[in-house]
Amino acid sequence: MSTWKALTGAQAVAEAMRQANPDVVAAYPITPQTPIVEQFASFVANGIVDTEMIPVESEHSAMSCTVGAAAAGARAMCATASQGLALMWEVVAAVPGLRLPIVMPIVNRALSAPINIHCDHSDAMGATTIGWIQIYSENAQEAYENTLLAIRLAEHKDVLLPVMVMQDGFIISHGVENVEVFDDNVVKNFVGERKPDRYLLDVDHPYTIGPLALPDYYFEIKRQQEAAMENALKVYLEVGKELSKISGHDYPYFEEYKTEDAEAVIVILSSAAGTAKDAVDELRNEGKKVGLIKPKLFRPFPYKEMRKALEKFEAIGVLDRSMAFGAYAPLYTEVRNALFESENRPKLQSYIFGLGGKDIFKSDIKKVFDELLSGNLNPEEQRYIRLRG
Amino acid sequence: MATLQEIMAKPVGLASGHRMCAGCGIGAIVRTVLAASDKPVIVANATGCLEVVTTIYPYSAWKVPWIHLTFENAAAVASGIETAYRALRKRGKIDKDVNIIAFGGDGGTYDIGFQALSGALERGHRFLYVVYDNEGYMNTGNQRSSATPFGASTTTVPAGTKSFGKPQWRKNIVEIAAAHRIPYAATAADHNIIDLYNKAKKALSQDGPSFLAVLQPCTTNWKYDPALTMTYSKLAVETNFWPLYEFDHGKLHINYKPKNRKPIEEFLKGQGRFRHLFKPENKPIIEKMQKMIDEEWERLLKLEESGAVL
Repeated sequence: MSTWKALTGAQAVAEAMRQANPDVVAAYPITPQTPIVEQFASFVANGIVDTEMIPVESEHSAMSCTVGAAAAGARAMCATASQGLALMWEVVAAVPGLRLPIVMPIVNRALSAPINIHCDHSDAMGATTIGWIQIYSENAQEAYENTLLAIRLAEHKDVLLPVMVMQDGFIISHGVENVEVFDDNVVKNFVGERKPDRYLLDVDHPYTIGPLALPDYYFEIKRQQEAAMENALKVYLEVGKELSKISGHDYPYFEEYKTEDAEAVIVILSSAAGTAKDAVDELRNEGKKVGLIKPKLFRPFPYKEMRKALEKFEAIGVLDRSMAFGAYAPLYTEVRNALFESENRPKLQSYIFGLGGKDIFKSDIKKVFDELLSGNLNPEEQRYIRLRG
Repeated sequence: MATLQEIMAKPVGLASGHRMCAGCGIGAIVRTVLAASDKPVIVANATGCLEVVTTIYPYSAWKVPWIHLTFENAAAVASGIETAYRALRKRGKIDKDVNIIAFGGDGGTYDIGFQALSGALERGHRFLYVVYDNEGYMNTGNQRSSATPFGASTTTVPAGTKSFGKPQWRKNIVEIAAAHRIPYAATAADHNIIDLYNKAKKALSQDGPSFLAVLQPCTTNWKYDPALTMTYSKLAVETNFWPLYEFDHGKLHINYKPKNRKPIEEFLKGQGRFRHLFKPENKPIIEKMQKMIDEEWERLLKLEESGAVL
């Protein structure tokens, strides 16, 4: 039996971790991820889980401990945000090459400088090229379900890659929602137990993990890592289908909202998609043919499927909550890439919004749609929403 | 007490055929520490000479479970392994006793790995951390570390017309480790295998973190005849350049007191990194070094005599 609980996004992820009851959790508190660590620590302190938790002295050691535990054979988890992800980056980048299935919730927060504790995606978008799977969540419910899905995806024998599960800092992590928490035993059966083929604590079968690899092998090892990413596209859908049986929800690569006959759509990640859906509803009531696409799986990026979904529209606005400074914004870049092979390329427009937690309103989204429908677009220009002059 | 022959006869987890330099002192340290464990061993290795020479893919000299992650986190990786061990044991997934040993060079320990080491010691994980201390970044060609001794010429603080090499003395890593109130921290040296073996045994018997700093002469970058590694290790101890001592639950015991302390020149001569000190104008530098060594020795004697707990 599912139960409905009033939970913040941070608590929802902690619920997923409680139900998965990992062997080891190593984490360092960082705003706005801290309530995940605090909530999970209280589960440990009260015997609600029997996880061994390591309260480390830095994020660098948080990920290092998590890697040590995962290599030793444990199901090991970590969680971080922003500066924490930046500090542990060296180790984060090593995890995919070691093929360790670590799941790490990320509470997206702007990167310094200037220092800012509020939401944008500059932390996770800086880590899109190193081989972590990335799933973005719109709300607490999605963050909860994506965390469960991520465990199975990471540990699948054809994948064996780490996964970041994103939620927006404060907007989701600290906002209370009504969250459907699935039955403990049902979740326990779904996530199962990690069964590694090789692990350090199997002392009768010693193995070497993390050796030096020179030009004769490094490239080949990295190619295998890419093959695992390709497999992740398929496994994501398979695991999603299994989770659907429990949740009743679908787990597509991206959500398509009122797009059937749309002329203009926006592509947008995470919590702002919720605001944007309201704007779409209101514009639909006014008879405007508008819709929305919300990518969930950002790495690996489903180029073919995205092209097929997007090429039928006349105009597309891509709203990024981070910049790539001197290049097209991350989500916009992928949308452009996806459409390059299309014979019927829609008109595109790149928008930047919400950096450092700046709010975005329905009225802003409506203005974007007005622009898209007006045809006043320049695909080589980056436009800024709610930026003060 | 094991004899040298008995220690050397023990099967250990590091195979021959690795790629250490001729005359390298690391092999003897690793073999001796591994021989001291009567339980299966899991090794976490920092980036450095030992990792590079034992594992070039697809080969591995390790016959025990072994992991290398990055440079500065062997202590954190060992923390994770030790925690996984407790978790899986509690859940009945494994049943064997093991010893977890981290190996790092001085760069990965005194410098870049210092925070991870301190964190692991403070949290009290049951593991042994061994630093093979060759007094600088020797894997990459002799750059200065905070373990590099006063007066040594390195590529990043070279001796020159306005420099006599490193102007600072080394960081006191063993006392810093002991100050975390861990059960056992000690120095050891490459040539004294029995002392190292006994210390490793003692360290592995503790119910908490333990720490060994083992002096490892480096033929390649200290620049001496490769046949003389053990000679230089011995001279380091006979000159009090590298005293042998241990902190057992915070209490100092000096394991070896040279009857006639040799002058520091005996250790310095023949090493390329100290060659410049023998120029007449650098005589005061050697005198200063001698004074620092003698003062440090006096301090250790007094600390031992006081019976104080660190």
